[in-house]
Amino acid sequence: MTFSFLSAIVFLPVIGAVVIALLPGLNPRLLKFVALLFTVATFALSLTVFCQFDRSVGAIGQMQFEEKILWIPAIGAHYHLGIDGLSLPMVILMTFLGVLAVLVSWRIELRPREYFAWLLFLETSILGVFCSLDLILFFLFWELELVPMYFLISIWGSGRKEYSAIKYVIYTLLGSAFMLAGILAVYFSTGTFSIVELTGLHGVRGAIPLAAMFFLLLIGFAVKLPVFPLHTWLPDAHTDAPTAASVVLAGALLKMGGYGMIRVCVSIFPEVALQYAPLLVTLAVVNVLYGAGVTLRQKDLKRLIAYSSVSHMGYVLLGIFALNQVSLTGATLQMFSHGIVTGLLFAMVGLVYEKSHERNLDNLGGLARQMPVIAVVFTIAGLASLGLPGTSGFAAEFITFIGSFSSTVVEWIQIYTVLGVFGVVLTAGYILWMLQRVFYGPPQEKFDGVSDADIVDKVCIFSFVVAIMLVGLYPAILTNVIRMGVEPLVMLLGL
Amino acid sequence: MLLSEVRFLIPEIALLVGALVIVLLDLFVRQKKVLVGVNLFVLIAAVGFSVLLWGKRPVSVFYDVLWVDQFAIFFKFLFLAAAGLVVLCSQDYVDKFERFQGEYYALVLLATVGMMLLAATADLIAIYIALELSSISLYVLATFLKDEKSTEAGLKYLLVGAVASAMLLYGMAITFGLTGTTRLTDIAQMVPSLVAGGLTQSPALLIGMVLLTAGFGFKIACFPFHMWVPDVYEGAPTPITAYLSVASKAAGFAIILRVFSTVFGFPDWLSGNWGMLFAVLSALTMSIGNVIALLQTNIKRLLGYSSIAQAGYLMVGLATVGVAAGMDKLGQSGLLFFLFSYTVTNMGAFATVIAISNKVNSDLIDDYAGMGKRAPVLALALTLCLVSLIGLPPTAGLIAKVYIFSAAVQHGLLWLVIVGVINSCISAYYYLKVVKVMWLGAPASSEQVPSSWALRTAVLICCLLVLVLGIVPGSFVRLAEIATHTLGF
Repeated sequence: MTFSFLSAIVFLPVIGAVVIALLPGLNPRLLKFVALLFTVATFALSLTVFCQFDRSVGAIGQMQFEEKILWIPAIGAHYHLGIDGLSLPMVILMTFLGVLAVLVSWRIELRPREYFAWLLFLETSILGVFCSLDLILFFLFWELELVPMYFLISIWGSGRKEYSAIKYVIYTLLGSAFMLAGILAVYFSTGTFSIVELTGLHGVRGAIPLAAMFFLLLIGFAVKLPVFPLHTWLPDAHTDAPTAASVVLAGALLKMGGYGMIRVCVSIFPEVALQYAPLLVTLAVVNVLYGAGVTLRQKDLKRLIAYSSVSHMGYVLLGIFALNQVSLTGATLQMFSHGIVTGLLFAMVGLVYEKSHERNLDNLGGLARQMPVIAVVFTIAGLASLGLPGTSGFAAEFITFIGSFSSTVVEWIQIYTVLGVFGVVLTAGYILWMLQRVFYGPPQEKFDGVSDADIVDKVCIFSFVVAIMLVGLYPAILTNVIRMGVEPLVMLLGL
Repeated sequence: MLLSEVRFLIPEIALLVGALVIVLLDLFVRQKKVLVGVNLFVLIAAVGFSVLLWGKRPVSVFYDVLWVDQFAIFFKFLFLAAAGLVVLCSQDYVDKFERFQGEYYALVLLATVGMMLLAATADLIAIYIALELSSISLYVLATFLKDEKSTEAGLKYLLVGAVASAMLLYGMAITFGLTGTTRLTDIAQMVPSLVAGGLTQSPALLIGMVLLTAGFGFKIACFPFHMWVPDVYEGAPTPITAYLSVASKAAGFAIILRVFSTVFGFPDWLSGNWGMLFAVLSALTMSIGNVIALLQTNIKRLLGYSSIAQAGYLMVGLATVGVAAGMDKLGQSGLLFFLFSYTVTNMGAFATVIAISNKVNSDLIDDYAGMGKRAPVLALALTLCLVSLIGLPPTAGLIAKVYIFSAAVQHGLLWLVIVGVINSCISAYYYLKVVKVMWLGAPASSEQVPSSWALRTAVLICCLLVLVLGIVPGSFVRLAEIATHTLGF
């Protein structure tokens, strides 16, 4: 491979950010097009990688598009990029959301230069996390995301934005603090930072027990996913973030947690994962039910969607720690699906708020008359979120539940699964209830002058809908790829 | 023999000559910019001479009083770089002094000579002399503003410093009394037999060690010898505050590393003992520094407490060196790398503070409101430096922390690393508070913030180094590794 695809994908957005930040002659209109150009180019590159990805049996368990250069010799850290079936869907997801995040922010007027620069910077850091195969590099990208996110929330956010931004940073830093300790403990027990070489670690006697390392690492990911009770930053950050940041936050940032759990926790410590699966599956069910329960009580449209993420990430956690091929595939697919579905939901909330200047459910109503397109697309997103057949949500949740129901690693997992499925019922409750209160009921006079989606909005939201339908109707387009990453994991688990 | 050894001291001699020339020139030259030129020229010349010494085998000169090894030369580079940056930053500041600009620059050079010698000493008396040379220069520099706060700062620094020197001297006297020699290598040979029956059998040595720690602890401003820091940092001229916070601290770490790893490095349990002592002090230092920093409203005081916290992170390296008992060099090179990255980061932060505070005539954080609009480049630079102090990528701070913590984990100090990383989280709050004010606050006026070319150069150099160390640290790490090869054990 002569062309470094992954480096190009990871660093193209940040180059765009530098161009935007440094070119003084750009007017705000042109800025958007530059940002769009760079994100579309990144997306196109990631699609090229998607097409060229080797799906043959021989390539199972192999990292593809690898790049490896010695980076810090003293501690043996490498600049090591590579993707497999687990990371590729995440990369596609992020580059896709990157384009749409720019479109969502099309009408931003406050300090647009800085805004788009930070947005593109954010994209690079998330892509870096999904492509890194060296723990130090992984950690570096993991932390890199904090700075742009802090600025995006605290400058362009709303409400208690400064509080939410700092809360977000402190929570994540605290999680990654433990993660760093875990990474270093792993390094000095084994002498390598390479995720590939560390895969399936066992029989190693470290300074501390393997389980301790596992949990040090897990805390970092659990904050991000988020896992109850480490989730309290999420509603605040989501509610106060600008729309595009919410889209990326829900769409791709949370996935860093799930991805990290599979890539680092499960694949490095399969035995510890098996041992502690019951605990984590229990937490997953708590996540699902608690998240859904709290969501039912929300009055703020954005907060409602935010809490629904907590619930949906519970399915991911359930899928991961049911630890079999089907459930892991489901969990990965659920991450992708949740990324586009919740991304769309946040984009829709953003639109509704932008047009009506109202987010409180008590004051909304009858908007279907004024904004029919938004109402229809919002409904589609809602139905996908509650898992209607034909949408990506159904495929993902169905596979996850089948997988976890048939899992053998946890006793009585069927009960956990049934409890988890009950979460879907609650989801149906809050989604339909929300749609009804926003769009139906008697039309209100105060919303009379409110406009519907314009052409940029339509391009943006219809792209989401296409993606949701595509994955819903033909999930094999992704599961074929995910299989390539999950099968070697299952072999490690010895199931 | 002695005369030919003089060539090993050319960098220091160049600075001394430069200092004298500057004082004399000051009498004749009206255009004070010339002094800056001479100063920078001398510093660059000294760097050049030091480079020539780098490749040579380590030697001890003047009857084993000074070492000329890579460790010492590494610190020569560090101090020269810090001094150069201070001189560049001072450009925008010296107008505040009514007189004595020549003396100011000369004293900066003398303090630098003292520190350079300190990092090279191999003898207790030489340590004391070098330490006093740098300290006395700094006492004077701290009072240079001649206003109430600056005078108070200088006096406080002098008094606390004098007590610390006394303790150090006492510790040295006891050590000398027990061993009959002032040479570090000779003392090192006596120590194992002195402590053969355990430290409690040799209480005098224990007291000596404690007093030495106290004396040096003042220099690095670790708990519980950190009390002077906030007042002195607030009152002293800002470039001198910057110099105190990086070079003076680095000198302290250099000499601790030299003395403790040479003299008390053997037997292993002794080394482990002081390693543990530093580990505990490190945890306390960073926690206290960070927690008190949360409450600060003055940027210089904030950076003062932050420098205490950073000293805590640096002491993780000392603790590792002690606990590892010569088993590996990762702790030492990690410490050196951290010092280097801390130097450029903190200098960059102070340089921007000088420019901004000059304009708004205040050191209060609230007066930094809206700097993102009024001085976008300076605000961006300060943001980068603060991000590096938190230890976030893509900056030097992250690599330095990973480096120094990785060494600590290797030697069973995982608890200390966890304390350290939690402290980093706490520190994010107050560093980001400054960032928030700059980018979110409403500007008090729309006036731009002017800065001289010299200061802009300093800021640019610092920011570039922060990024380079954060993204491609390889060659600097190698430098730090070479520097530790010649050290102790």
